[in-house]
Formats: sequence, structure tokens, C-alpha cells
Amino acid sequence: MGSSLATVIVVTSGKGGVGKTTTSASFATGLAQRGYRTVVIDFDVGLRNLDLIMGCERRVVYDFINVINNEASLNQALIRDKRVENLYILPASQTRDKEALTKEGVERVLNELRQSFEYIVCDSPAGIERGALMALYFADEALVVTNPEVSSVRDSDRILGILASRSRRAEQGDIPVKEHLVLARYAAERAHRGDMLSVDDVLEILGISLLGVVPESPVVLQSSNAGVPVILEDGSDAGSAYSDLVDRFLGKSLPHRFVTVQKKGLLQRLFGGS
Amino acid sequence: MLLRFPQQTGSEQPPFELKGSLFTLTVLRLFQLDMAAIEQHLAEKIKQAPGFFDNTPVVIDLEGLTLPPDGVDFNGLYELLRKHGMAPVGIRNGSPELQATARLAGLPVLPESRPAGTSKKSERAESTPAHAHAQIIDHPVRSGQQFYAPDGDLIVLGAVSAGADVIADGNIHVYGVLRGRALAGIKGDAGTRIFCHSLEAALISIAGRYRVSEHISPADWGRAAQIRLMDDHLAIEALIR
Repeated sequence: MGSSLATVIVVTSGKGGVGKTTTSASFATGLAQRGYRTVVIDFDVGLRNLDLIMGCERRVVYDFINVINNEASLNQALIRDKRVENLYILPASQTRDKEALTKEGVERVLNELRQSFEYIVCDSPAGIERGALMALYFADEALVVTNPEVSSVRDSDRILGILASRSRRAEQGDIPVKEHLVLARYAAERAHRGDMLSVDDVLEILGISLLGVVPESPVVLQSSNAGVPVILEDGSDAGSAYSDLVDRFLGKSLPHRFVTVQKKGLLQRLFGGS
Repeated sequence: MLLRFPQQTGSEQPPFELKGSLFTLTVLRLFQLDMAAIEQHLAEKIKQAPGFFDNTPVVIDLEGLTLPPDGVDFNGLYELLRKHGMAPVGIRNGSPELQATARLAGLPVLPESRPAGTSKKSERAESTPAHAHAQIIDHPVRSGQQFYAPDGDLIVLGAVSAGADVIADGNIHVYGVLRGRALAGIKGDAGTRIFCHSLEAALISIAGRYRVSEHISPADWGRAAQIRLMDDHLAIEALIR
């Protein structure tokens, strides 16, 4: 293991489609924006998506699996982000499957990345199989992405159990993986009406600290189709939620937004508005 | 075990049946085989409590016996004990040679029982406590996790999530919300109980009797509760906090 102080963060959830890749892209971008050398790795081998969200799909030559198999060097495979300094992407292979992720290979690549990065963000695939296990195995901290919905919360609970029992920190009896909750696709009005679980409901079930609430927003879909991490959409609700979330991760104390129903002004009520 | 065939239950009763049974017997632990000393000691005991050994069956334990060079006269010992009102029914422990001699004298060898307290055995008794330590889990039990406490209690400091199992041969204590399944007394101990800070369990079971969440009364739901078996039925009682 390298002697550097790099932090490995897994973005995980158990369930698919809850916003892991969106969160990974914005979280990594936010860390880099604040001056930290950051790399984000796509562990979803065979279902490569991160490159699309990051808008670098046409620059992928070599990938994570090529590096694991010593078919390419890390420098050949790392893609430098064009918008944000200090940000690099290590894409997944689209033509292979998760069996290509060997524990030794992943460890070697992570150790090499530790030499030159401060934050290593691992974008986990859905499920609790090999890809997800490899993404979380070496983690120091975890962002558990959950939607305010019972099945998503159940799956996050499952992943928390796996983090607590099958990560390297758990196996070696180290300090446990630090767990953060990211509650995505939250609609305060619907929670208020009882259509979806509230922040308190989710916190009560999962019992981990809340890093941020990301509101349900059309901006997320628009920006991901455009290949822009939503955190770069200045002034958008989801973008500022991710911005707050990154600041909180780095130790700032900020009040949670988007949690309670906001009273709309007269003009907003007349003309809709976001 | 008693097997009976229906056709035999009529007029033709078998002359006997064989059944296993447990008895409490007096054990005479022999340290030396000085017949005179034994007789004197016995006489003293009887003087203190006349009629105490009124045809009392005894088992002679040979473990602590230092072997006399000229062997053991079991016939003599038998007669001596009989004379003082004891009825030797057998021996236990001792070397194979001693046991063979005892058998020749008509004393059966009884199987070794649990540690009785001689020096060697008491050490063993200390290393295995009378009841096993409780297993303590100082973190929440998450969905998909399963914890089992063999021989003892299971104590969870935190919630037990939906989709998690906590199982114990003994009692189960949950210092948090119980949402998963809790199975106490899994090996059949009907005296075990389940305790929880808030009862929202998917299933509760004691010694095989179980109830699913559908059949937990709304009055008990979300309350601090203890669950135990009463008249072979699960009883849920509020815990006063």
C-alpha cells in the first residue's frame, strides 16, 4: 500500500437507477473544482455510462480493464477533463464483464492512483455482485445513494451491511468505512403529502449521517444527456445541492436545503417556475 | 423409548419392558484402600446420623485412588460397605485393570459423568462456564445479515433491519427497532424471550412458535415489548420504559 493520504470513496446504492453515476460525476467534479486532484473510476464494466455523463465518451481509447490486464498504462487510460482542472476519468470497458475485475488488479491500480491523486471516487454498478463488491472493497468512505422509496432504502440497508462486513476495512478490523447518505430525487411536496418517504423516515431506517438531499429536477436529465455533470449547471437546484454536498463532505457546516416544502410566491404560482 | 404394537395390546401383555431412566446416586470417592481406616470412618459417620445409610445405593469412584501394591479386594470392600448399610451398585473411573477386577467381583462399570469436582476436572469446569456468554453485536444488523448466538443470548445494540435475521438458542435483546426476524430458543427452549425497544418485526418466534407481522396487533406495534411463550402461545407484553 502506498504511503499517500489519498481517500478512496465508493458511490454505491444496491439498487439501480437511483443516481449513482450522476452523484459520482458531480461529486468528483466538485472536489476537483475545489482544488483537489481527483479521479473518478467507472466500475460498471460492460455497461459503461460514466463517460457519457462526463461528456468524454469519444475520447475513450484504453479503459480500466486494459490497465488491470497490463495492456495499457494508467496514463494512457486516464482521461483528463476538459472543463475542470485536477479531474480525471478512468472509464470502464464496454466489451468485458465484471469477472475481469480481480481483487489484485483493482488493488494495484488503486495503489498506483494513490500516488498522484487525493480523492479516488469509485462509481459502483448496481447489485451486490462482483462489480459492486470490488468497487466498495477498498473504500475508506462511502456515499450511499438512496431514493425516498422503500425498495431503494431496503437495498441501501443491504449495501450498508456489506460495507460493514465485507469491505477490506471490515475484514482487517480497521476503523469501519465512513458512511454518508445521499438522498436523491427528493420531492419535498410529495413527501409532505405522504406519497414518498420523508428525509426523517429514511434516516430513521438507515441510521447514518445525511450528507445531502438532491431534489428531483429536470435539470439532472438535461445535463446528463448533454454530458455535463449537473454540479456545473450554475444556479440549478440539483447543481447547488451537489455543491453543498461536496462542501459538507470537506467539513463545511451548511444547512440542508430542499428538505421542506417551499412556499411559492405569487408570480411563481401564476407562471409555474421551477 | 417404548415401542408397542397394536396387536399386542390385548390380552397378551409382555412380561416386562425396558426403559432408560436417570437416578441420583451417592458417590463414594475412594482415596486409599485401607480397610481398617474405611471401617473406622464409616462407623463415625453412622454414629453422627444413625440410619443414614439405610440400604443406600452407592457408586464407588476410583479416580482419586492411589493404587495399593497388592491390588484391590473388591469383594472385601463390597462386604464392608454392605455391613454398614450401603448397597454398592457399581464403580466408575479407574484404570482398565481396576475396572476388570471390579467386573469380576460383580460390580458393573458406570460411564463417566460430567465433571464432579476433582482437581483435574474442576479446571475443565472453569474453562467452560455453566452458561455460554451472550453474543453482543454493537452495531445495527442490516438487511441481508444474519446473526446466530449458539448456546446463549443475542444482544443487539441498534436496530435490526427488515430482511435481517437474529437467532439465538437463548434470549434475544434488541436495543433498537426490531424490523427483521427474531427467533429465540431455536433449539426448543420454551423459557426464552425476545425483548425490543420497538416491535415492528417481520416475524417473531420462540421455540418454534411464530407469528408474522400481519398477526401482530396494532396496539403492540412500534412499542417496547417483550415476547414470551404462555400456554404454548406467543404473548406480547408492553415493556414499561
